[in-house]
Amino acid sequence: MNANLAPTLPETRTSGADLELRGITKRFAEFVAVKDLDLLVPSGTFFALLGPSGCGKSTTLRMIAGLEAPSEGSISIGGEDVTSLPSHKRPVNTVFQSYALFPHMSVLENVAFGLKRKKDPEAMAKAQAGLEMVELAHLANRKPAQLSGGQQQRVALARALVNRPQVLLLDEPLGALDMKLRRQMQLELKTIQTEVGLTFIHVTHDQEEAMTMADTVAVMNEGRIEQMGPPRELYELPRTAFVANFLGKSNLMRGEVTGKRAGLLEVDVAGHSVLLPEDRAVQTSGQVVVGVRPEKITIDRTSSGAAHNELSGTVIDVSFTGTTTEYLVDVPGIGRIGTFSQNRGQQPAAVGDTVYLYWEADYSFGLAGDERMDAGVEQ
Amino acid sequence: MTQTISKSGLSDLRSKDEIRAERRKGRTGIYLVAPGLLVLALFFALPVVVLLAMSLYVKPPGAEIGEFVPGFEIGNYMTVLSAYWPELLRSFWFALIATVLALLIGFPMAYLVAVRLREKPLLQGILLVLLIAPFFSSFILRTQAWKQILADEGFIAQALKFVAILPADGHLTATPFAVVAGLTYNFLPFMVLPIYANLGRLDTRLLEAAGDLYASPMNSFFRITLPMSAPGIFAGTLLTFIPAAGDYVNSALLGNNRNTTMIGQVIDSRFFKVIDYPGAAALSFVLMVSILVLVTIYIRRFGTKELM
Amino acid sequence: MKLGRWFVPVVGGLAFVYLLVPIVYIFVFSFNDAGRTNLEWRGFTWDNWANPCGAPAVCESLANSLQVGIVATLIATALGTCIALGLVRYKFRFRKLTDVLIILPLATPEVVLGASLLAQFLNLGWELGYWTIVIAHTVFCMSFVIVTVRARVSSLDPRLEEAAADLYASPRLAFWKVTFPLLLPGIVAAALLSFAMSFDDFIITNFNSGNFQTFPKFIYVSATRGIPAQANMIGSAMFIVALLVVIIGQIISYRKKKQLEKV
Ligand SMILES: Nc1ncnc2c1ncn2[C@@H]1O[C@H](COP(=O)(O)OP(=O)(O)OP(=O)(O)O)[C@@H](O)[C@H]1O
Ligand SMILES: [Mg+2]
Repeated sequence: MNANLAPTLPETRTSGADLELRGITKRFAEFVAVKDLDLLVPSGTFFALLGPSGCGKSTTLRMIAGLEAPSEGSISIGGEDVTSLPSHKRPVNTVFQSYALFPHMSVLENVAFGLKRKKDPEAMAKAQAGLEMVELAHLANRKPAQLSGGQQQRVALARALVNRPQVLLLDEPLGALDMKLRRQMQLELKTIQTEVGLTFIHVTHDQEEAMTMADTVAVMNEGRIEQMGPPRELYELPRTAFVANFLGKSNLMRGEVTGKRAGLLEVDVAGHSVLLPEDRAVQTSGQVVVGVRPEKITIDRTSSGAAHNELSGTVIDVSFTGTTTEYLVDVPGIGRIGTFSQNRGQQPAAVGDTVYLYWEADYSFGLAGDERMDAGVEQ
Repeated sequence: MTQTISKSGLSDLRSKDEIRAERRKGRTGIYLVAPGLLVLALFFALPVVVLLAMSLYVKPPGAEIGEFVPGFEIGNYMTVLSAYWPELLRSFWFALIATVLALLIGFPMAYLVAVRLREKPLLQGILLVLLIAPFFSSFILRTQAWKQILADEGFIAQALKFVAILPADGHLTATPFAVVAGLTYNFLPFMVLPIYANLGRLDTRLLEAAGDLYASPMNSFFRITLPMSAPGIFAGTLLTFIPAAGDYVNSALLGNNRNTTMIGQVIDSRFFKVIDYPGAAALSFVLMVSILVLVTIYIRRFGTKELM
Repeated sequence: MKLGRWFVPVVGGLAFVYLLVPIVYIFVFSFNDAGRTNLEWRGFTWDNWANPCGAPAVCESLANSLQVGIVATLIATALGTCIALGLVRYKFRFRKLTDVLIILPLATPEVVLGASLLAQFLNLGWELGYWTIVIAHTVFCMSFVIVTVRARVSSLDPRLEEAAADLYASPRLAFWKVTFPLLLPGIVAAALLSFAMSFDDFIITNFNSGNFQTFPKFIYVSATRGIPAQANMIGSAMFIVALLVVIIGQIISYRKKKQLEKV
């Protein structure tokens, strides 16, 4: 677990509450869905939980909401232990993956449901205001079945938000929407969160969504949090091969540390010398995995002349994407390295060309030597 | 966190909250099912056991009519079976024919209402009501009506005699034909409703897709419509066959002669006219077990899990 | 294609005619100036409709049947709905046994149900009458209710209850505000079915009613002597009432749908 390396969480706002999970484990019979999870989400944070299907994201949310009891560990909200509190007594609301709108109630009644349970005397007025916030006031009397997917999603959001929960849980609320609506809803969600200052826990398996919206992103894999931190930090400095591959793309190469100087590790990768800042490495001796993001690599027909961080190989695939041209280069002894260059009028390399790939030492990152290099690669 | 060793020998690693949640669920479940199950146990399961016991009662020497003492007289079964096996077989035979007929008539009805009239909800609704409403006009009254419609003096018998389909001294009532027709008639809604429920969910786009893939209408019927409605047909045939096999109103009102007697009639008269409780109980039990055996074979062969 | 086009409406339509023939017959003969036996047409009269209780015991047996039907339906629907909920939503031991206990009555012909209950009542020394019929009807209606409601419960999204809990509804409130209203159509359908089955039952009733008269029993008994035309009138009236109730219900829901579409 490398979580201890990462998080420097941003400044907090009011009105939400801190959420803390301590040593949470969830077992379904023999199967362990969530393993020894520790998490501290300061109040007012937009926190994204990112991970592949089946990694335990929903299970984690369900435990926070009180819909599932943890097998081990405790949960506290605003400093108060809620582990044994039933769902209906927790200051938490959920926007369900499938919305779970009550089909027999009108949109307005749906939104007013929570307020009425709390015996709020202004339930209806607040519900109406909530609908106005999501710009659906004109559809208040419809049944959920008469709304489009995007509208239903906004009703679900309003239904949760009007209660001003200390923590709002969103379980892939945008999963069913098309790309355009998705982007629009992402903006709206972010705006609302900034306005009301609640703690949002947003589950998604869309990495772009997580990175653009969240203050903090946690990458989850097989019931564990692999790494968490601000999006940029996660991207620039992944601490495991899974994160390196799942969040964007990475070129990973196995090598052996051969020396240290001036805060840099010198790594021998199949006969090439690669330099790597010591403070960007998980492990500083023995066998390591060196990584570099594709966009950090320069592809050139001529050598840079530098003694370090340069590889050469043969282009085996070229694809034109509009703004960039992507290359796959076969480097003898290392394997395939992916990179791309902006299309600025230069003559692109062609399949079969010999090219040089080089990058600045500061962009390299180092992972533990026993990592599986294809962990987290999407098929 | 509690760690106990559960009965299965596996280490129980659930937390107290999990255990509590599970207990609560279990307890609510028990509270919900207990009253109903108690009723079923007391007034279904136990009575069947009592019936079984009663089928083995013996008549003490010199006893009055209707006086029996508990015993273990397996011979009761031999006695009734050797006397009434024709009625038993006939019951199953009649029920089988009625079930097949009801399926042949009922499927087009269900298809008409569920698929063809899908775009006309009002007409669909009216036909659906016509399927259910006969229950309220009393099935004995309807059976009696059939008896009068098919009577020798009735219009239908006279017309059939006129065109010489029916011999001049022939009857429509008091024949196996009338009894099977009555059974078919009375249990038809039980066939149609489950099939209707199933066809109602049939996505007609599937048929269009099949047509698109060069399936002839015949082909898409046998490849898509029929398999998709199989659970409905399955439920419908059971709901028709089982009550038909035990029915005696039709055979009593529309048949009522020696070659139409069904087993239900025999059980009824053993109980109430002859006052032979062990014999009646033995016959009931034989009927129940044979139906269970037939149904089990049927379920094994064609069954879907959906029914259970 | 051509064949299929006319085959279904024609055969289906004829089948509906077949279904309705005796009902029309009953209806027509409810206007017969029958006197003692209602076997042949003796002339038109309004009498039977004006004075349905004219023949002895007709109305009494009808009232008995209605009463038994309502009580048995209420009990069977309540118990059956609870079982259906428990079976789908909760885990408990003896599930297999429970399933068997529910399915078996459906696979047991009425004579056997009737006979076994009679054996039980004889054994217990209970006097046959109103309550023994109510019990008998409850038992056979319950399985139908369970099967009907269970289908509804299992098609209900469990997320909805979770959403209710998430929105501060206690389990009890979540049930009454969300689960129950969504199950209601299924429960009502089950209750109607249950009432129809009870109202129309003869065989089980015949075994367990003693001297207690129900409408079907009354007709069966009087069939040998001739059924009074008032019985035809009641049969027709029940049919028409059932027809109207369902049609009005349909029109209301149709209107509602139309109205919603306008919003
Ligand atoms: N009630 C349950 N019983 C048994 N296993 C379960 C249960 N609920 C979840 N699981 C298992 O736990 C694992 C995690 O499930 P979870 O729903 O949390 O995944 P997820 O990360 O939300 O995935 P997705 O992105 O597909 O929604 C899965 O392998 C799932 O099969
Ligand atoms: Mg999920």
